[in-house]
Amino acid sequence: MNKERKTVIELQNVKRNFIVGEETVHALKGVSFKIYEGEFVTIMGKSGSGKSTLLNQLGCLDTPTSGEYYLDGNSVRTMSKSERAVLRNRKIGFIFQNYNLLPKTTSVENVELPLMYNSGVSAKERHERAVEALTAVGLGDRLNHKSNQMSGGQMQRVAIARALVNNPAVILADEATGNLDTRTSFEILVLFQKLHAEGRTIIFVTHNPDIASYSSRNIELRDGRIISDKLNDNILSAAEGLAALPANTDE
Amino acid sequence: MNISTLFKIALRAIFANKTRSFLTALGIIIGIASVITMLAIGEGTKQSIKSNISEMGSNMIMISPGADRFGGVQQSASSMETLKLTDYQALKDECKYIRAISPTVSASGQFIYGNNNAPSSVTGANADYLEIRQLKVADGEMFTDTDIKTSAKVCLLGNTVAENLFPDGADPIGKVVRFNSIPFRVIGVMEKKGYNSMGMDQDDYVLAPYTSVMKRILAQNYLHMIVASATTEGVTEKATEEMTSILRRTHKLKDASDETAGDEDDFNIRSQEELSNMMDSTMTMLTVLLGSVAGISLIVGGIGIMNIMYVSVTERTREIGLRMSVGARGIDILNQFLIESVLLSVTGGVIGVLLGLGVCAFLNQVIHLPISIQVWSIIMSFAVCTFTGIFFGWYPAKKAAQLDPIEAIRYE
Repeated sequence: MNKERKTVIELQNVKRNFIVGEETVHALKGVSFKIYEGEFVTIMGKSGSGKSTLLNQLGCLDTPTSGEYYLDGNSVRTMSKSERAVLRNRKIGFIFQNYNLLPKTTSVENVELPLMYNSGVSAKERHERAVEALTAVGLGDRLNHKSNQMSGGQMQRVAIARALVNNPAVILADEATGNLDTRTSFEILVLFQKLHAEGRTIIFVTHNPDIASYSSRNIELRDGRIISDKLNDNILSAAEGLAALPANTDE
Repeated sequence: MNISTLFKIALRAIFANKTRSFLTALGIIIGIASVITMLAIGEGTKQSIKSNISEMGSNMIMISPGADRFGGVQQSASSMETLKLTDYQALKDECKYIRAISPTVSASGQFIYGNNNAPSSVTGANADYLEIRQLKVADGEMFTDTDIKTSAKVCLLGNTVAENLFPDGADPIGKVVRFNSIPFRVIGVMEKKGYNSMGMDQDDYVLAPYTSVMKRILAQNYLHMIVASATTEGVTEKATEEMTSILRRTHKLKDASDETAGDEDDFNIRSQEELSNMMDSTMTMLTVLLGSVAGISLIVGGIGIMNIMYVSVTERTREIGLRMSVGARGIDILNQFLIESVLLSVTGGVIGVLLGLGVCAFLNQVIHLPISIQVWSIIMSFAVCTFTGIFFGWYPAKKAAQLDPIEAIRYE
């Protein structure tokens, strides 16, 4: 663990204020941390702790009021909207709680979406990479299923494939298991652990403390500040957790 | 993001809501179809009236008695007795710019042959009349100068009259028909001209020497009209001026001097050109009117597109948020929605053009409306469609492009 690792994300005293009416809300009150390549970090906190604001910062959807944010060496704070859009396209894979797949669209086309905004990728390559990503999440046999013909777990897998397809520097998951039942949640967690094992950098924002035990590091936020940042020495296996679940008689 | 991908996305969005897309495009379809049809009808009518006027005669100049205003009161032209045979003779002898001239008088009444009778009118003229009015004798011969000198009781029948009097198809030539009680020998039948665009039968007439009509039927010594043909279209105006000055002299009208105002013309000269120009400007106005009414429906169609694009942007806020979070820039979203609205309106335009052409063909075939499809109106339609798509799509597209991805992605 001590060998020199690449820094993917670096936050230096990031603050974010919102002006609501005449009041200024300090959503982030100076957050600093580094995330290295290959880490599986959970960011936890109750609602109002600033984790959504932090996620928007990490996802380059928003810029800090003060402080610096470097994503893969790029300073985000001074970037324009379009520059950040391009940066998101190349460096970030988003996974949302409610999947956000395009309706009436096949899985392959959904996964192709980020590559469509990258003119360097040809239509043929786009398709190949989408198929590859879908195979990696275990949906190789559901390439042409439309989003409304799939279960929640399958939709979330498509979303994960979509997040993988541009080979991002970091995968940002926002409550990715929030809409799923326990068994499906475990299945998705197994997938996350597999991606982690393959060396991908994952940030998983959640309010569910259970998930922390399956990640390699846990950052906890409260009132816009980090209150704990611990490496997890005892990473639980989601696959074992899944096996330990009582057999699902519903299916 | 390249253009073909954008088109693919736009097509998918359009086909995702087939009914709505069709209803939206319907505004444009109806707008374009009506613009094309209206312009075709306007232009068709204009051309048919033009050809009607030229069918009336070649470079024709018509002189009728009576001023436009006489003693402050508008007089009926036929009650005027100012146009005499001497005027005709003077014009015929002196006018350099005319190649044919004929006096005309007409009387209406009943033509009778055997058991058959037909109401019609007899026009008294000379042989030049055929050239001026572009008439042809189909069968038989035109009357001669001798017939005119002797006021011969001969006549030529228009096709309609011939058919009415001789329904069994007998040869009318040589037969004697009676006009009221006066017998006329038929010496010819005129070539059929058919109906004009105003629905008037152009074959419902009988020709006879003007002397015969004046002496034997009307018993009058004045003319109803003098018609002439200018030598070329270009000199029509000169011919009119020349005729005016000759007639003013023969009618002994005083020209305006320093002290007194001149006498007004007691006759009226109209050239075919003048008539044609007048009709032309009237019809152009009609075409513009029809076109603008149709144009308004096109604008309404465009507003329909704007409305639907607005709804579409709101409905697809989440999709826009997602696209933005995976790397779509504002310009990509703007292009996506603009192309969608342009595609919608141009598709509507294509269907509209086809529909317009179909309606034109229908009107022409079934109702026999004169139609002249304007190529420029089709080209213009496409330009207008594209413009409509961009113009009315711009605002909603701009709104979409300016959405905040953070709010858009969580939009419920």
